[in-house]
Amino acid sequence: MATAKKFSYNSGSGKPLADLSRRQFIKFCGCVAAALGMPASMAPKIARAIEQGGRLPVVWLSFQGCTGCTESLLRSTHPTLEKLIFEIISLEYHETLNAGAGIQAEAALKETLNRDAGRFVLVAEGAIPLADKGVYVRINEQAGVDLLNEVAPKALAVIAIGSCASWGGIPSAGPNPTGAKSVGSILEGRPVVNIPGCPPNPYNFLSTVLYFATFGKLPELDAHNRPKFAYGRLIHENCERRPHFDAGRFAKAFGDDGHRKGFCLYKLGCKGPETFANCQVVKFGDVEASPISIGHPCFGCTESGVGFEKPMFQRADIQRFTPPAFYPHVFEPRGEGVTPLTAALGGVAFGGAIGAGYALTNRLFKATDGKEGADKPKGGGAHEDE
Amino acid sequence: MRMNRRGFLQTLAIGGGALSAPSFANARQDKALSPGALGLLYDATKCVGCQACVIACKEVNGMPPEFSDPDHLWDAPLGLSASTRNVIALYKEGGRHSFVRQSCMHCVDPACVSACPVKALTKEPKTGVVHYDAGTCIGCRYCMVACPFNVPKFEWGSAYGKIVKCQLCDHLLAKGEKPGCSSACPTGAIQFGGVQKLLQEAHARLKAAPGAYYPKVYGEKEGGGTQVIFLSALPFEKLGLPDLPDVSSATLSETIMHTTYKGFGMPIFLFALFAFIARRNLQKGKEE
Repeated sequence: MATAKKFSYNSGSGKPLADLSRRQFIKFCGCVAAALGMPASMAPKIARAIEQGGRLPVVWLSFQGCTGCTESLLRSTHPTLEKLIFEIISLEYHETLNAGAGIQAEAALKETLNRDAGRFVLVAEGAIPLADKGVYVRINEQAGVDLLNEVAPKALAVIAIGSCASWGGIPSAGPNPTGAKSVGSILEGRPVVNIPGCPPNPYNFLSTVLYFATFGKLPELDAHNRPKFAYGRLIHENCERRPHFDAGRFAKAFGDDGHRKGFCLYKLGCKGPETFANCQVVKFGDVEASPISIGHPCFGCTESGVGFEKPMFQRADIQRFTPPAFYPHVFEPRGEGVTPLTAALGGVAFGGAIGAGYALTNRLFKATDGKEGADKPKGGGAHEDE
Repeated sequence: MRMNRRGFLQTLAIGGGALSAPSFANARQDKALSPGALGLLYDATKCVGCQACVIACKEVNGMPPEFSDPDHLWDAPLGLSASTRNVIALYKEGGRHSFVRQSCMHCVDPACVSACPVKALTKEPKTGVVHYDAGTCIGCRYCMVACPFNVPKFEWGSAYGKIVKCQLCDHLLAKGEKPGCSSACPTGAIQFGGVQKLLQEAHARLKAAPGAYYPKVYGEKEGGGTQVIFLSALPFEKLGLPDLPDVSSATLSETIMHTTYKGFGMPIFLFALFAFIARRNLQKGKEE
């Protein structure tokens, strides 16, 4: 790429930057536009936003989590992590990726908070424990909840990455001994974009950051503050196994014939019909795979009240019922017809009516005979009685 | 008074004459299609059976799903019901098959409107949409018996059941939108528009591809005409569309009813007849 024009970007901190060819750079912007569901014509606009605005300072705080969200981000390939943190954003503080440690790292955070106050993006990973004054997360002798409350007010925008930060995730699952809460519930009153998932798809995160950098506003969010471009539809709606569901072909046990043939996993407890996420479109690890692709039911990690809460193999509550892939006949027989039970009941009722009628007639004639004398015999029953 | 056979026959003749005399004067004509009538053209040869119309209908009308499988996996109505106003059925015979859409036909002269004793069912004068007003309905279900297409359905599960049927999404029409089914149809098998235009379109299709269609536009004349018209490759009887006379059943029933009740004729005649029988029996009893 000797002839390719090179661009360099200035970071807020004035650190030296790596170079990226124009071609590679526009390609990346095109990928981001596609992930956001935007036309390819948006790519130059995104590119311009990155070029002109300088690199977006990002502070990444880790709380009660497994660092799986970071691990997920480390494995993204377009862009790769080094391109992301050296050329697109300016990662000022991240416990796992900090170059320095201890006092140096904390000094970097303090410096960012002073220098970039009101213009950095805060990314929070992990839930916030509130029980026992928040002692279950302590960073630099500070409780997690206090750190969040110190940093968040200075941030331009807050992104809660992963299910733990978005709605509590694993730490908040019953009995929740640490009193884990979501980032959004701590920072009440200020918008927090939730990127749930365990782990979340790194491209949902990247696309949100780039959307923010390009348009200067947050993407459209759903009722749970999740970006609609990523969490607007059910897993079930975009699932590659959906035709099997519609046709009534289900895997009924792991390793059975249906499971081997790739049938629908609903009856194994797949939570796709009640989980909103784009896993079946974007896939994971850049290898066109998702849990459902490899034969395991979705367990609903992006959905509060489903992931880590509902038993993994319990059947999902279908959110949107649609017709199956078969049809009623033009002349559809309705009802079950005559069953042995209904025939017996009908017979009993009919027989009872006949018997009652007979008894009634007998009595009637008996009464008439008594009044008018025996010279006017009318009913056979009356004679039998005599 | 004791009436002999001669007198009885005379009474009958007078009564019958009184009834039959004005019958010609009361003969009712089929109602005519309004120039602004709106309807649907369903072309079974274009329908691929995706059932998008069924989903769209439920969505825009807020209808609950209907289950017909033990696991409750699908919204799978077996036909029209209190929670289904539009359904796609399949006809199969040997190697041939055809889909057919079942829904209200919005008859030009609807039998349900004629049968309704309280005007809960009305035909909108301009658009011709057959509209149901639950506030007026007394729940007699005459409309269900009267409809030649078996369309109106009753909410049997409800203590205050209403009649449910397609109303051509008149709440969407009021906003200038198309009915849900026709908006959702990906192949254009359900086309919404003015009935006159749709009839022209249907005939143009028949003319353009005579081999592809059964040579008739169903609903042009059947039962006095319908505002939902059909094209199909198979005979319409096989798709469950009845072979109706060109005169609407409303015309037939209203002619009979309005004739017999002309000048309160039928009640007076029946009263006279029963009075005569009662009197005769009374006399007979006295003699004995």
